[in-house]
Amino acid sequence: MAAITLRKIIKRYGAGAKANQVIHGVDAEIADGEFVVIVGPSGCGKSTLLRMVAGLEEISGGEIAIGGRVVNDIEPSERDIAMVFQNYALYPHMTVFDNMAYGLKISKVPVAEIKARVDKAAAILQLAPYLARKPRELSGGQRQRVAMGRAIVRQPQVFLFDEPLSNLDAKLRAQTRIEIRKLHAELGVTSLFVTHDQVEAMTLAQRMIVMNAGRMEQFATPDEVYARPATTFVASFIGSPPMNLLTGHANGASFTLDGQTVPLPAPAPRNGELTLGLRPEHVVAGGSGGWPLKVELIEMLGAERLVHGQLGSHAFTLRMDGMLTPPAVGSTVQLQLSAQHLHWFDIATGARVEAT
Amino acid sequence: MVERRPTLGILAHVILILGVLVVALPVYITFVASTHTAQEVVQRPMPMLPGSHFIENYVAALQGGSHGAGSTAAVGRMMFVSLVSALIITFGKIAISLLSAFAIVYFRFRFRMFFFWAIFVTLMLPVEVRIGPTYKVVSDLGMLNSFAGLTIPLIASATATFLFRQFFLTVPEELVEAARIDGAGPMRFFKDILVPLSATSIAALFVIQFIYGWNQYLWPLLVTTNEDMYPVVYGIKRMIAGGDSQNEWNLVMATAMLAMIPPALVVMLMQKWFVKGLVDTEK
Amino acid sequence: MEKRVVFRSGWLPWALLAPQAIVIAVFFFWPAGQALVQSLQQSDAFGTSVSWVGLENFQNLWNDETYLASFKTTAVFSILVAVCGISLALLLAVFADRVVRGATVYKTLLIWPYAVAPAVAGVLWLFMFSPSIGIVAYGLEAMGIDWNHLLNGGQAMTLVVAAAVWKQISYNFLFFLAGLASIPKSLIEAAAIDGARPWRRFWTIQFPLLTPTTFFLLVINMVYAFFDTFAIIDASTQGGPGKDTSILVYRVYYDGFKALDIGGSAAQSVVLMVIVVVLTVLQFKFVEKKVNY
Repeated sequence: MAAITLRKIIKRYGAGAKANQVIHGVDAEIADGEFVVIVGPSGCGKSTLLRMVAGLEEISGGEIAIGGRVVNDIEPSERDIAMVFQNYALYPHMTVFDNMAYGLKISKVPVAEIKARVDKAAAILQLAPYLARKPRELSGGQRQRVAMGRAIVRQPQVFLFDEPLSNLDAKLRAQTRIEIRKLHAELGVTSLFVTHDQVEAMTLAQRMIVMNAGRMEQFATPDEVYARPATTFVASFIGSPPMNLLTGHANGASFTLDGQTVPLPAPAPRNGELTLGLRPEHVVAGGSGGWPLKVELIEMLGAERLVHGQLGSHAFTLRMDGMLTPPAVGSTVQLQLSAQHLHWFDIATGARVEAT
Repeated sequence: MVERRPTLGILAHVILILGVLVVALPVYITFVASTHTAQEVVQRPMPMLPGSHFIENYVAALQGGSHGAGSTAAVGRMMFVSLVSALIITFGKIAISLLSAFAIVYFRFRFRMFFFWAIFVTLMLPVEVRIGPTYKVVSDLGMLNSFAGLTIPLIASATATFLFRQFFLTVPEELVEAARIDGAGPMRFFKDILVPLSATSIAALFVIQFIYGWNQYLWPLLVTTNEDMYPVVYGIKRMIAGGDSQNEWNLVMATAMLAMIPPALVVMLMQKWFVKGLVDTEK
Repeated sequence: MEKRVVFRSGWLPWALLAPQAIVIAVFFFWPAGQALVQSLQQSDAFGTSVSWVGLENFQNLWNDETYLASFKTTAVFSILVAVCGISLALLLAVFADRVVRGATVYKTLLIWPYAVAPAVAGVLWLFMFSPSIGIVAYGLEAMGIDWNHLLNGGQAMTLVVAAAVWKQISYNFLFFLAGLASIPKSLIEAAAIDGARPWRRFWTIQFPLLTPTTFFLLVINMVYAFFDTFAIIDASTQGGPGKDTSILVYRVYYDGFKALDIGGSAAQSVVLMVIVVVLTVLQFKFVEKKVNY
């Protein structure tokens, strides 16, 4: 087990004038035994970052250290890591047992020890009846578990997961998520898990790295990322339905939105043009003297209702309990805000502005 | 992947360069030989650098009339025969295969499977196993020493039909349905939709069949006795007769170079289709 | 596989099939049938009368020592050509797969020999190895090897094997390249992460996954050695010295057209047909097994 250090990581494809930089300086310290999820939309560079830690991509700038050792120039086979691939990458010509034993044989682990480790992993992953089968005879979920078993038996310093749940159906995905959490609780190996799914990120991560277009926007616990997103991107990426972002002019305890001035329960951190973020679940409809929302459409989801409407020229969504009576479509309701749940962001940079 | 193995990298290039040299060596020697006089070529050892008789030798070869002990046919004429027969074989094969594959895949008729298997069987037996009787048939039909005799028997095998059949099976059903709804009959569909879609396969087959046709040896050996109808690949062999010193090796080598150029050009210029053609025909 | 949507027409399919059907009937099935018939007959010295002799031609072949020797020659020849051709091509393909710079250049330079006619290859190698004027023969003698393939059967065999392998390398090389490219990159990466270095990755992952390609090439190379090499042999050794490089297909030609033993040659053709069919069936059986990843 080991800590992972990423220092000013840069990734560039091509050279000279035609170079294309895809990762622009990522810094992160991942503690020994921590489960960190790297999450972001397609193309943000998360898989590239993971592959650089694995040694499958060259590092164009900066350093990666595993367990205190700088690994920039060290081949994947020497890094003492294990990886679970999105398409599992099981060796098709070998049985499940041999797939899991492959790495151990190479490290010259004694035969008895190999059998012991494989059997133990098979027991944890419920693969014992399949040890003599070939990968093509297994279902997707079973293959995924073999891929994890292959990683577990190696007892490496670090586990790397590259979107391992993406090829599973929804039910299996939810099940496997829980199994991965249990596995981590039991084995406690430092893990880096890449996904584009924010639900997976929120439920699995002890801390998460939110990436966008090659930049690390926030590196914090799920609670922190949810309650205090560092940028407008993080604010709208995490949380479903996404946070409402309203651009307007703040002046003390009032906010001017599209020519209409409305009161704020708490003063803005500074005066001037700002973006206000409000989560749908932190706004209540009703009462008087709040923000006027023109109701356009209501979605009934059972336990909750989503009310979509217009706030001036901004689209706005609010969430209400499914048992309460919804407002009529076409009517105007007053929105009541809560002082603790106002998020302020700089208009130009999108960065969070803290109240003083 | 991160790899710090410079020796392996160098080894790879060394082996590949060696491979290229070994592969190119015979051709280099041939080229050198084709640029010297006959006497220079038969000395021991032959000079390793090109000589100065390039134009002279090639012109002499193309026009024929050399003084060697073997055949003295004009290489120019032989190249022409090769070109025409290769093109006839290529286009002939592609044309009749397109039609047959279309019939087999897109129609239902009695004996369809019978024809399918009959065509399949021809894949298995190259001309070499039936040379005797095939020769007799060609001779009986009066096709000896003719372009027809050189080419038609070689169109008999079904590699192209198979390739097109495989390809047609992958064409989406919806295209036929759409064509029918638009009022197109079978030949319309064939001409306007199927053939254009098959362009890559046709290009691939063109390369393979052209080389096959150009490089024919055994068959021309049997059906031509008239020097005028020798394809160049066969003609070369005929130029070597008697002892080594009696052949004009420099001209033989010039002929060899000329014989190698058209297929080599086709392969290099159409490399992409060539590779596709090889890999597809064998599946 | 069948098409669900078809055209209905009474006469059109027949018209479309006619050209190919006629050509294969006249130039394939009729002669093949003739070969079968002739193999059971024997004509007299003048070719005027023909008598049915049943399987006598086949029995004569079986008892003919030189024919059996020819079998052995062909077997030796094709195994050598297949093994050498495949190993060399695999070596080149593995390294061509690894290099990043210049991969296309190497590929182009290594595949063009496919375009060379076997007959031309035979002539070229004959020229290089000719005991009196060949440059390579001269080189060998300088190294102390006495080269004369006109007298030495083993050397003649070496010459034709070399010419045949030289031509076949490009074909095998292309297929191995395609085979290597079809192995998912993630398998190689997984093996690297599991601790396998390049040498081990090749032998434990890539080579086993190339088995279908290798088997396929083995059969193709053997068929190639059986038939397409006629031109090489005729151009260089004419089956000699004696019968040392007289492979089966060469004998069919010689007996049929030089020695004018129609019945015997036809019987030999039939034997060859059987061998090809067996080899082709083997090929289809192995190629049909596709590896799923």
